[in-house]
Amino acid sequence: MSDEKSSVSDLLEDNQYKYGFTTDVESETFAKGLNEDVVRAISKKKNEPEFMLNFRLKAFAKWKTMKEPAWPNVHYPSIDFQNISYYSAPKKKKVLESLDEVDPEIMRTFEKLGIPLDEQKKLANVAVDAVFDSVSVATTHKKKLMEQGIIFCPISEALQDYPELIEEYLGTVVPVGDNYYAALNSAVFTDGSFVYIPPDTISPMEISTYFRINTEETGQFERTLIICAENSYVSYLEGCTAPQFDTNQLHAAVVELVTMDNAEIKYSTVQNWYAGDKETGKGGIYNFVTKRGKCAGVNSKISWTQVETGSAITWKYPSCILQGDNSSGEFYSVALTNGHMQADTGTKMIHIGKNTRSSIISKGISADQSSNSYRGQVKIGKNATNARNYSQCDSMLVGDKSSAHTFPYIETANSSVQVEHEAATSKISEEQLFYFESRGISRENAIEAVISGFCKDVFKQLPMEFAVEAQKLLTLKLEDSVG
Amino acid sequence: MLEIKDLHAGVDGNEIVKGISLSINKGEVHAIMGPNGSGKSTLAKILSGHPAYEATSGEIIFDDQNLLEMDAEERSLAGVFMGFQYPVEVPGVNNAEFLRMAYNARKVKAEEEEIDPLDFDELLSGKMKMLGMEKKYKERNLNDGFSGGEKKKNEILQMAILEPKLSVLDETDSGLDIDALRIVSEGVNKLRNENNALILITHYQRLLDYIKPDFVHVLSEGKIVKSGDKALALELESQGYDWVTKAD
Repeated sequence: MSDEKSSVSDLLEDNQYKYGFTTDVESETFAKGLNEDVVRAISKKKNEPEFMLNFRLKAFAKWKTMKEPAWPNVHYPSIDFQNISYYSAPKKKKVLESLDEVDPEIMRTFEKLGIPLDEQKKLANVAVDAVFDSVSVATTHKKKLMEQGIIFCPISEALQDYPELIEEYLGTVVPVGDNYYAALNSAVFTDGSFVYIPPDTISPMEISTYFRINTEETGQFERTLIICAENSYVSYLEGCTAPQFDTNQLHAAVVELVTMDNAEIKYSTVQNWYAGDKETGKGGIYNFVTKRGKCAGVNSKISWTQVETGSAITWKYPSCILQGDNSSGEFYSVALTNGHMQADTGTKMIHIGKNTRSSIISKGISADQSSNSYRGQVKIGKNATNARNYSQCDSMLVGDKSSAHTFPYIETANSSVQVEHEAATSKISEEQLFYFESRGISRENAIEAVISGFCKDVFKQLPMEFAVEAQKLLTLKLEDSVG
Repeated sequence: MLEIKDLHAGVDGNEIVKGISLSINKGEVHAIMGPNGSGKSTLAKILSGHPAYEATSGEIIFDDQNLLEMDAEERSLAGVFMGFQYPVEVPGVNNAEFLRMAYNARKVKAEEEEIDPLDFDELLSGKMKMLGMEKKYKERNLNDGFSGGEKKKNEILQMAILEPKLSVLDETDSGLDIDALRIVSEGVNKLRNENNALILITHYQRLLDYIKPDFVHVLSEGKIVKSGDKALALELESQGYDWVTKAD
């Protein structure tokens, strides 16, 4: 992510999860449990406008009537939602005026994670919003962005400063009752990032949010909203890590993107939540996330790129609603599972406007006893004349105990459309690595070459530094698994 | 250059090579022939450092180094090349890029500067021209979708790039039609010089019509039962392996 960041190899020495430490800060944490009072208390804590409280209450009422989805190809004991705390924030005396008032322990935590936040060390070309448990603790480059009218701030702050924007867009892409976890998030979300790019503006730097879960029995429910007005562009990055606990933590985020005419949002994620113990499968994050973008304007574009390398369970389908004519959606994904990890991930491309285009490139790598499923839906409405989709879903198996599954769903209601789907399964084998070694190439370089070859089409979508880090991360995670 | 002393080796606890001794000097070409199951492949695997094969006793000394204590990567960097009978396919990895990685691994070991893609392309083009190979070998992925003959040619291209001291070609002639055999053999002949040595492991003598060996050894039941010159191979061709195995 930056040249200041120590290499992934240092952080992941001996193949251990190096982000597994906890930070000792005094936190204010709600008692476990969820009911309407908790929802009201969160809203009050954040001093929210009334529409927000109503939004939450509506979502909560809806959630109570819903059931956990059973269709994903993942297995876990059912979650006791009353045994989770829905709010945890580092204690502070008053509103933070500057970074100097952030607990130095937290500043050190982010620095250790490779995300220095203070003025001297902050990353030059990336603006960062750092979210620690339930709240945003620091946002860099805010002023510089504001010079161009770009709003980048914690969503809790946006609710104070730009309530009309939030009210207009929040929940328009992912409605409060969209799905079980989205409803839960809508009721109890605590923080996240808000980005608004005004018309005719190309964001001068990458914008990013870094999520850190620290407290053991807290769920993280963040909410991200990005709006890109006419003729504008932004590239947004998201990173995440969590400490190593024997229990499972729930992470149920919602991300909504909106693009107006001729606007483009490029959203990249490198997800490395703690995945649980490699041998026993104990602990790890349940990553149940709803990400969706709406190409509201003509010629607009939304592109999702994700590298999923962590979490005990991943349930995630970054999707695009292609409403504007000539709009396009892209989904590039590398999902790696090892140990006892389970991933059910993919995308939905909903074609509504004419001449809409979507492409899906999904690369699943499964190692050890893990299970990796691609699930994708391409839906073409009756007015989506000349819509086109191309999907390619490749799986790579490492070892002989892992599994890969592909569930593509295609629905078309218009006869002028073109839909293509390709799928392939391959294997990284001991024989391949031996072949490299017998030419004097080290095992590590061999794995890197095979994996980067497999993931080439996705990695080339990532910002350069991200791509290099992602590749190393995958190599390190696989080193012990091949054979 | 290479000294094999009373080598016993096998796989999964089964002894297949039962006491082979062999001495190879630079500039020499040795052919190792034998019927199926005689231990030819096991010998090749042992020389390559394949982790599934184990030497139970004996020694292999290569340029004063104990080869059996080196892993495949170290052997390669020391100058041993294995031309595989069944080269593995690696989708997604460009052939030229793979060759450059292998070439640069040697540069790193020699503490020299790594070669950049442009200079390497020039080097590669030169070798390909010498071997009469088409441009596609640069562009395609490593052995991915190659025919049997193309894979063998690609092994020889690797040998040309890496310039090993000792090359072991395991059944390089198998699966080749007569034209491919000629091209591969011509390539090997061009790479021969007074400083390198060659071990040809083969079932049939026809390869030896193209690559002339200085010595021919016949393996049977894990041992060398007869050694001679090129004439021995021709004798085998006309009389069959029974002739030597029974004579033993």
